[in-house]
Amino acid sequence: MSGFPILSLMLAVPLIGALACLFLEAKAARSVALIATLVDFALGVVLWMNFDVGGAQWQFTERLEIFSGFSWALGIDGIALLLIMLSVFLMPICIGASWNSIEKRVGEYMAAFLLVETLMIGVFAAQDIFLFYMFFEAGLIPMYLIIGIWGGADRIYASYKFFLYTLLGSVLMLVAMLWMVHTAGTTDVPTLMAYDFDPQVQTWLWLAFFASFAVKMPMWPVHTWLPAAHVQAPTGGSVILAGVLLKMGGYGFIRFSLPMFPEASAYFAPLIWGLSMAAVVITSLIALVQSDMKKLIAYSSVAHMAIVTIGLFAFNKQGLEGSMMVMLSHGLVAGALFLCVGVIYDRLHTREISRYGGLAINMPRYALFFMLFTMASIGLPGTSGFVGEFLSLGGIYQVSTWAALICTTGIILGAAYMLYLYRRVAFGDQKNADAAAMPDLDLRELLMVVPLGLAVLWMGVYPESFLAPMRADIAALDARLARAKPAGDSAPTIGKAKPAHEESAAHGGSH
Amino acid sequence: MDWSQSLRLIAPEETLSIAGLVLLLIAAWGGDKASRLISILAVTVLVGAMALVAPALCSSAMGPDTSAFFGQYHADAFSSYAKILIYLSAAATLVIAPAFFERLGAMRAEFPVLVIFAALGMGLMVSATDLITLYIGLEMNSLAAYVLAAFLRTDGRSAEAGLKYFVLGALASGILLFGMSLTYGFTGTTSFSGINAAVAGGLSHGALFGIIFMLAGLAFKISAVPFHMWTPDVYEGAPAPVTMFFASAPKVAALGLTMRVLLDAFGEQAQAWQQIVVFLALASIVVGAVGAIGQKNIKRLMAYSSINNVGFMLVGLAAANQQGAAAMLFYLTIYVAMTLGGFAAILMLKDEDGNTVEEIASLAGLSRTRPGLALGLAIIMFSLAGIPPLFGFWGKFLVFQAAVDAGMMPLAAIGFAASVIGAFYYLKVVKVMYFDEPVDVVKGESDVWHKAILVVSCLFISPLGYLLTKWLSALAATAATALFFAS
Repeated sequence: MSGFPILSLMLAVPLIGALACLFLEAKAARSVALIATLVDFALGVVLWMNFDVGGAQWQFTERLEIFSGFSWALGIDGIALLLIMLSVFLMPICIGASWNSIEKRVGEYMAAFLLVETLMIGVFAAQDIFLFYMFFEAGLIPMYLIIGIWGGADRIYASYKFFLYTLLGSVLMLVAMLWMVHTAGTTDVPTLMAYDFDPQVQTWLWLAFFASFAVKMPMWPVHTWLPAAHVQAPTGGSVILAGVLLKMGGYGFIRFSLPMFPEASAYFAPLIWGLSMAAVVITSLIALVQSDMKKLIAYSSVAHMAIVTIGLFAFNKQGLEGSMMVMLSHGLVAGALFLCVGVIYDRLHTREISRYGGLAINMPRYALFFMLFTMASIGLPGTSGFVGEFLSLGGIYQVSTWAALICTTGIILGAAYMLYLYRRVAFGDQKNADAAAMPDLDLRELLMVVPLGLAVLWMGVYPESFLAPMRADIAALDARLARAKPAGDSAPTIGKAKPAHEESAAHGGSH
Repeated sequence: MDWSQSLRLIAPEETLSIAGLVLLLIAAWGGDKASRLISILAVTVLVGAMALVAPALCSSAMGPDTSAFFGQYHADAFSSYAKILIYLSAAATLVIAPAFFERLGAMRAEFPVLVIFAALGMGLMVSATDLITLYIGLEMNSLAAYVLAAFLRTDGRSAEAGLKYFVLGALASGILLFGMSLTYGFTGTTSFSGINAAVAGGLSHGALFGIIFMLAGLAFKISAVPFHMWTPDVYEGAPAPVTMFFASAPKVAALGLTMRVLLDAFGEQAQAWQQIVVFLALASIVVGAVGAIGQKNIKRLMAYSSINNVGFMLVGLAAANQQGAAAMLFYLTIYVAMTLGGFAAILMLKDEDGNTVEEIASLAGLSRTRPGLALGLAIIMFSLAGIPPLFGFWGKFLVFQAAVDAGMMPLAAIGFAASVIGAFYYLKVVKVMYFDEPVDVVKGESDVWHKAILVVSCLFISPLGYLLTKWLSALAATAATALFFAS
């Protein structure tokens, strides 16, 4: 596989599809979009198959010096591989979700979506810092159009808020990038990851990157664009926004902030912990009182992203692996939950929770899958949510027991708002006649939720498939961070190993 | 230094002058009936002039060999880069103008001739290495420009634009002349190299005042804040093709001239003018962005956008080094493409009777009634806002990179942050075209030339443009080297 530019091909397929969609009428555009995303998914599978776990850190590298000032440099490590997989896996589902619900300007819609896919893959694969920035920023244009054209009532306000918020964060990051490139003399990301910047300057650089990633993440208190954008975006837009676009912030932290500015990251870690703790509690409480389903899930996304940041800034392997797992799991679960909302929204055209009720009676299959994703969102063992949250919280416990304590309440509150939502939608009496008359999932919808459900279970039951590709990269990052690691307050002591013959007897008790 | 070499070096100017005079004679005998023929001939002449200046750029001409008439004029790579942009903009104006004026019955044979003389003056501006040449070029351009602004004689707004431009332009020329005389008085010379040598040891108060007054005059010509007030009125009042011309070619010429004056003549005393330029840059970025928010007329919007863009270009000048100059030239190239494309799109906005639509509100739902046109305008708006991967981003990127490399972090941070304000009003145009319900005002047929210019400039500012970065960066770097070599 070496030498074949598979990453460029994965970028080109949706781009060509997007250009084609612009000129096609609705029916053809849908098919073209579905085919392009499926081809990209197949390429993603090939990519994963050929990824050499335990091999070189950067694989499938491509480098073309065709521009002045930056180069077309692509390449992935395990972290990027998994996030690319997440993107290409969710895209066909998004197209499916928009199959019937988008009726006006289908060609443009599909083109915008395929463009988003190209840019997302580009963000995760770029190995040149300015190429990364271009992909990172360019996503604003199609997302602005998706929210603004196909969104709901308050779409224009939401689209402006989304665009300007994220743009302001990013331009500061660009100034920092310019300074870094000037100082280090290279635009190559792997080289910059190993470059030691002056700790004094790191503080400023870290803050500039933080301004961008915190908005993208989104962290409390700059999360306010998210509920607005989510509620107004069409179902497919919400899925991709929650599933992949939010991961760009976490990816940014893991790829740039942490390895490039270890000292500054340690210096600002308490800030991150504080913001994350606040986010977990505040946004979970806000989610509890929402009457709009999409808003509820949007706020729960903010809470989950706070678990990601807390794990990232735990400065140990567990925390880092955990936050990657939360990102992947949240991508699947939040995407699936928005899909579940979309399914009933398509039938009744309202997101008001009180307009539904007792759906388990007339939509049993729907209730089953909705239950599965609800449980995964709560973090029930056996689902994907559990693995990541457990690792993240275990990681943060080693450095800050207080942060661990407060963030763990997020799980309890998460169970509260999700179960409360589920009860109101799926259980109880069928108090609304129109909701009671809704048909169950059809084949198209099953084709979307079944793969998501299987992936959620796979990740929950056998997370090793997902941990293995990134283990070496997390270890490298952990080694890089070792010199700045903050002292922990939990002081866990390793117990004395018991003699071999007693082990089997003590085994049950120790767990 | 002999006369024959000097005359050889100014071949593009000679061509334009003689062609301009001949075309004027044709216009005098042929009358307005010959205007189409004269336009075609004028475009040919401009393309020929481009061919004449191109070799200097390709062979990276610089140094004493390029100096004509005892150092009054330099035909180096820098002037050649700027002249190609100027002649290109002038040619594009002539290509799109006939369709506009003929519909109004106002196409006159003088129009191409005036554009040629303006281009001639602008060519002199960017080649000038002496205060006298500078002033001759500037006035030659301005005189033609005043007439062009008032070209629609029967239209009150056009006449008003011409008058405003003339009165304020004359005032600015006066301020500039005052600065020049102070500079001459305190340095004892009008040649840039002489001034450079005279101020190398230290700057007297008189010469400092000279710089300040000259910068004020030049700031008027490039419409930098706080000397920008004329721009929105003139841009709105002047006929659309003329506005397109004003927004492109004279900007290149005046910025090229400013670069020559500051970097050549006062290059040794950069710290004396750097803070002024930083102020002009930031003020233009902020005022250009904030002022545009409330605009309802798309030509006024473009006027504020040009003020905003000039601010960004001045960031490159504030760096006061070769990298900054190269970045400015690159930015100018992209800016010219965006401006030509933008005005071509504006000229295509016509209602049923063929009248130009200038209200932004009338563009509502354009993406559904005229998807191609809306897409083109949207690309230009996003590019002007500097959103990657469109090419407009790269211009901003380069000037800010120059500022950061020169250690001006605060300027870069504030400038970039202010660009977010600018993004707001560009987004507003996209919002009106894509999100609002169609009002279906824009119905008129588009001229094929307008379409061609829009398509070409959109392709240039699309991500495909990045494939040209290597080539264009090399050219801009050569031009910037020539600029610094001349002193």
